[in-house]
Amino acid sequence: MDFIDWDFIVSRAPLFWAAAKLTVKLAVGGILLAAALGFLCAVARFYRIPVFNQIAYFYIELARNTPLMVQLFFLYFGLPRLGLVWEGQTCAIVGLTFLGGAYMAEAFRGGLAAINRNQVESALSIGLSRIQTLRYVIAPQALAVAWPAISATVIFLMKETSVFSIVALPDLMYVAKDLLKEGHSGETNLLLILSYLTIILPVSLFFGRMERRLRFAGFGS
Amino acid sequence: MLDSALSVFRMGRNMARLMEGLGVTLEISVVAVGLSLIFGVPLGLMMAGSNRPLKWLLRGYLEFVRVMPILALLFIFYYSLSKFWNINLSALTVSIFVFTLWGAAEMGDLVRGAVTSLPRHQWDSARALGLSEGQVSFRVIIPQAIRRLLPGVINLTTRMIKTTPFVFFINLPDLLKVGQQIVEVSGLRYPLASVWVYGFIFIIYFVICYPISLFSRYLERRWAS
Amino acid sequence: MSLGPDILKIKDLKKNFGSLAVLKGLTLTVRQGEVLVIIGPSGCGKSTLLRCLNGLEPVQGGQIIFGGQYLTDPHINWSRTRQRIGMVFQNYELFPHLTALDNVLLGLIRVQKRSKTEALAIAERWLTRVGLWDRRGSFPRQLSGGQKQRVAIVRALALEPEIMLFDEVTASLDPEMVREVLDVIVNLAKDGRTMLIVTHEMAFAKAVADRVIFMDEGLIVEDAKPEVFFENPATERARRFLNIFQFSDIHKPQEPSASPLAKEAQDVKESNDAKESNDAKDSKEPELS
Repeated sequence: MDFIDWDFIVSRAPLFWAAAKLTVKLAVGGILLAAALGFLCAVARFYRIPVFNQIAYFYIELARNTPLMVQLFFLYFGLPRLGLVWEGQTCAIVGLTFLGGAYMAEAFRGGLAAINRNQVESALSIGLSRIQTLRYVIAPQALAVAWPAISATVIFLMKETSVFSIVALPDLMYVAKDLLKEGHSGETNLLLILSYLTIILPVSLFFGRMERRLRFAGFGS
Repeated sequence: MLDSALSVFRMGRNMARLMEGLGVTLEISVVAVGLSLIFGVPLGLMMAGSNRPLKWLLRGYLEFVRVMPILALLFIFYYSLSKFWNINLSALTVSIFVFTLWGAAEMGDLVRGAVTSLPRHQWDSARALGLSEGQVSFRVIIPQAIRRLLPGVINLTTRMIKTTPFVFFINLPDLLKVGQQIVEVSGLRYPLASVWVYGFIFIIYFVICYPISLFSRYLERRWAS
Repeated sequence: MSLGPDILKIKDLKKNFGSLAVLKGLTLTVRQGEVLVIIGPSGCGKSTLLRCLNGLEPVQGGQIIFGGQYLTDPHINWSRTRQRIGMVFQNYELFPHLTALDNVLLGLIRVQKRSKTEALAIAERWLTRVGLWDRRGSFPRQLSGGQKQRVAIVRALALEPEIMLFDEVTASLDPEMVREVLDVIVNLAKDGRTMLIVTHEMAFAKAVADRVIFMDEGLIVEDAKPEVFFENPATERARRFLNIFQFSDIHKPQEPSASPLAKEAQDVKESNDAKESNDAKDSKEPELS
């Protein structure tokens, strides 16, 4: 790589910009849905709600112990044969939610498990309902404890979006692979690295900052 | 329906090829974990050490590897190094290299965590007993560090196994790639081939990773204190 | 002290943990304005009794009638009822993510749906009364054990409960902080508040109680005026129990104490020491020996 072809970079940057937007859109959708699914599973596991507890356990283990790519292949190429036809974007978000929900559930559950049982009794004894207890007493404390695990899960899921080209989505990897045909592999790789850094680094820094703030808030009674 | 499933796996050498693919998957994982251990331990000791510039450098390396998708790294090293710089590396070598690059950083962080979490007085009290430096390391520090390290190492191993399908993108015939080839060939005759083959691969990954993660959790609980 | 009508009736209350019977048909009546101190060996069921009164433990038999309402009715609205029954726990379970003030405000605003200004006025009145208004912005980790426990008492009192339950509220405190918490409770007794107090502080019990309830093995063994109970217990079991505290007194070098107040402080401290050795073998075994 003796010199960098800046013209190439400038002219191809819009392609990466569009792909990055798609990646962010899918990541945000998948991560938010994963958080919601994970929360429900964590509550089902924490309160040992019959049947749902077992279903949640089974799902969590299944999703955590298989790769996203294999999940996506099954969803995208397998299920349509059984009559369930997906669009690439839907499939990507469903796949990311399936994978991420399990990791989120474990993160939330770790936070819930760290809360002293007496906290619940104290909350109930001043007349808070079960929902209010969760909302005002348990959730804020659990979130602080679970934050590092949530943060790791978010970064992990953002990185996992890199496989979405297998469901025919024009994401960053797809664009990069396409551009390689024109030569310029150095410039293409540079754009690829910069794109991912631009997307993931701020998220990583933000979560790290929040984590330090929560740690310094030091809830330990 | 089940008939078609059996036929897909019986056709030609399909089952044998899937097992060969599984072999490639496991080879990458095992070799990369082994190399990660070899490189990760000294890296971790340096991360826990007192050389500040070196620590910052290693920190930067760790953060870069953590932020960059492994797939992008695979891609970059495969297409840049082997094509652009004319270093002809096989896809297998590149895979193992990239997985080790990632694994050594993570392993280093685990080692750093294990070493720095040991209370200072463990060294002091061991020396106070009159143990030599070697004895302090091998009898006191390392056994304790291993306990703290092992669940994390096992965890990293399952993460590596679950990341191996990425090599699909550089055309390495791992389990998933072989599966895809089989589906392409037999999909015309057996419309449900994709369901069976990808379902089968899904189950194989689960059967490998689930017991390992159970074991890691068991160790964590047993050594919790 | 003038006592009002019956406020709480417990009839034949039964509570099991699995096959272990903790309350074996306990009957007790409390009148409005009365201060009951419940004492007894570890595992006698005294804490369980308080927890049943606050709906934290399901019961297996008998009735609890509070202000005409059956607390043993499975369809009872506990959220509403618990506002009328304040409870303070041993381990000053303040909410660690909220300041002292927010701990007190939470129930006022979320449970009683009071306006912020109204809730603030109530919180200020109570926190001032226990001398902690200037610490309102502190988080629990910044407060001492005694301060935390005072905030916990205020958190329950602010909801204006008709009866207060204290479950060994000084058991986890350092000895020098016991007094500041007990003083708050003594003051509440002077107000004529109805209170059920589980404690190991014998000097405090003697001072604050209208009636002393001595429990053993899930039943009330004695129910007497404090001067009667402490001077001349009717049962052998009560005598043995009180002897534990005597015993520790004898072995301490007796300091010459001039004022009766200093003597009392001494008693508080020593019974606290005795309590600690007693708590050390705190377990589910119902007998003390």
